[in-house]
Amino acid sequence: MTKHILRRIAVAIPLILTIVTLVFLMLRLGLPGDPAQLLAGDRATPELIEQIRKNLGLDRPIHEQYLIFLRDAMQGDLGDSSTFRQPVIELIGSAFPFTAIITFLTVVIGTFLGIVVGIVTALWRKTLLDNVTMVVVIFFYSIPTFWMGLMLILIFSVQLRWLPVQGSGTWQHFVLPVATLSLNQVALIGRLTRNSLIETMNMDFIRTARAKGLRQRDVLIRHALKNTLIPVVTVTGISVGALLGGAVITETIFGLPGVGRLAIQAINNRDYPMIQGTVMLVAISFVFVNLIVDILYVYIDPRIRHI
Amino acid sequence: MDNKTKPIQLQEETEPQRMERGAYSRMLDELISNRAAVLGVFILVAFILFAIFAESITPYDPIQRDARGRLAEPTIEHPFGTDSLGRDILARVLYGGRVSIIIGFSAIIVAGVAGIGLGLIAGYFGGTLDNAIMRVMDVILAFPGLILAIWLVAIFGSSLGNLILAIAFFNIPTFARLSRGSTLSAREMDYVIAAQSMGASPIQILWKHILPAVSGPLIVLATLSVSGAIVTGASLSFLGLGIDPPTPEWGSMLADGRGYLRNAWWIAFFPGIAITLVVVALNLLGDGLRDALDPRVLQ
Repeated sequence: MTKHILRRIAVAIPLILTIVTLVFLMLRLGLPGDPAQLLAGDRATPELIEQIRKNLGLDRPIHEQYLIFLRDAMQGDLGDSSTFRQPVIELIGSAFPFTAIITFLTVVIGTFLGIVVGIVTALWRKTLLDNVTMVVVIFFYSIPTFWMGLMLILIFSVQLRWLPVQGSGTWQHFVLPVATLSLNQVALIGRLTRNSLIETMNMDFIRTARAKGLRQRDVLIRHALKNTLIPVVTVTGISVGALLGGAVITETIFGLPGVGRLAIQAINNRDYPMIQGTVMLVAISFVFVNLIVDILYVYIDPRIRHI
Repeated sequence: MDNKTKPIQLQEETEPQRMERGAYSRMLDELISNRAAVLGVFILVAFILFAIFAESITPYDPIQRDARGRLAEPTIEHPFGTDSLGRDILARVLYGGRVSIIIGFSAIIVAGVAGIGLGLIAGYFGGTLDNAIMRVMDVILAFPGLILAIWLVAIFGSSLGNLILAIAFFNIPTFARLSRGSTLSAREMDYVIAAQSMGASPIQILWKHILPAVSGPLIVLATLSVSGAIVTGASLSFLGLGIDPPTPEWGSMLADGRGYLRNAWWIAFFPGIAITLVVVALNLLGDGLRDALDPRVLQ
């Protein structure tokens, strides 16, 4: 088991190093134009551009720049944002809690409700309840988040005036963004749990449990659920990773100052150190979440320990 | 020697092909009996026809402004209302499907060809090549799709071609993984080994023997991926990184409507319905194909 975990970590480290390298290369080599020129603006004097180039270390050979970049990144120094004139790491640090709260609430609420929906529809399979729920689920699963967000604003903020449209000051500001993302998550997990549970219930070990005379409830809770949760854990892990960086749209619609919105602002402002920082952070947290999911598997599915 | 192997070759060659044909016609029968999937096909075909024949369906020009008819509520004249520049929303929704549908399908065709090609090569040859290809795929997968697409479009610019390539790029790994996995098991099949011993080239084997055997799950994946690609395309436009205005596009129409939720809800409402319907249709079709194929394959 320790071997399995160590092996997973051993795979994650080169992956992170590759991501960091790619981010570095994309911004140094893939960009049209000179970063110093971009930072200085159109009306900068050649002397100023030269000064900026020197300050950023852009006058050095590329491999030296790379090593300096790696050394600084290891120490948490991702440079200064050219828009905000503040360290990138500080700006990400202050935006991260908003994204983390939204991700946490969405994953907890969405996954829990999704599992409930999945179990109920699987147990009452092929009834009216199941059919109607599945139609609703596929609809919510297909609605793009930006439209869902706008429609929730239209109903709850504009028409009913129950909740604020934009901002992040009070808990009410979090209701609609979390609802937007959770509805999607409920649909995703509900469908998955239903299919997985139906499949599990047809397996031999469930037949054995029934043959032993266990009650339906015990069969479900003690035997079937654990097996059902394996794909749910995978997908939830992907959701966490995607939400940490991918709540871009929702954060933009609801004006939440999270990491996703920071990334979009950085891209719109051509704020290269900031783009570099957010993309790197998002990709690395994605790798970490997957690592945690891989380790969780070992606890849920003992068969993996022997592989 | 030659006389002995020839009849065997014939048998070995026709056997899997006949099985494939049988499998596909069974899949099609199953699909037609699935009402949800048929509904999906119907909606999808309808939207494709709307997009192609937009000129004949609506008398309005999607770009023509009308200063006197701004923000008009839905009426018989303008069933979906007009936007802040007086343009007919129905016309814009019909024409807007063009960009979304082209982006969705082209991106997945590009991603599918690249991903399946890489997956077949990785799965068939194995070893270092397999390792190298799949590690690159892992790196692409580590970036969340939308952020990666935003980043690529921001760097290279937002022409139609770049949008398609950016969306295709992060879809490559899923195709590569799925086709590699299926290739690993297909390459151990007797008919593949037989073809190898006949001296067929790897390209012949991959194209004629392995690709047909692994294509079922790939078709399902492609269908489901097109809906994701359409949403990503619309998301990029919504964020202002899509096709330049005034070309009608569902995502940018929604972004326009965002500022008018209070007094003109219809601007954001109708393009959203259009995207949702197309995505629902593709998901219904994809689910139907998956059930028809084998409920376990893509799990």
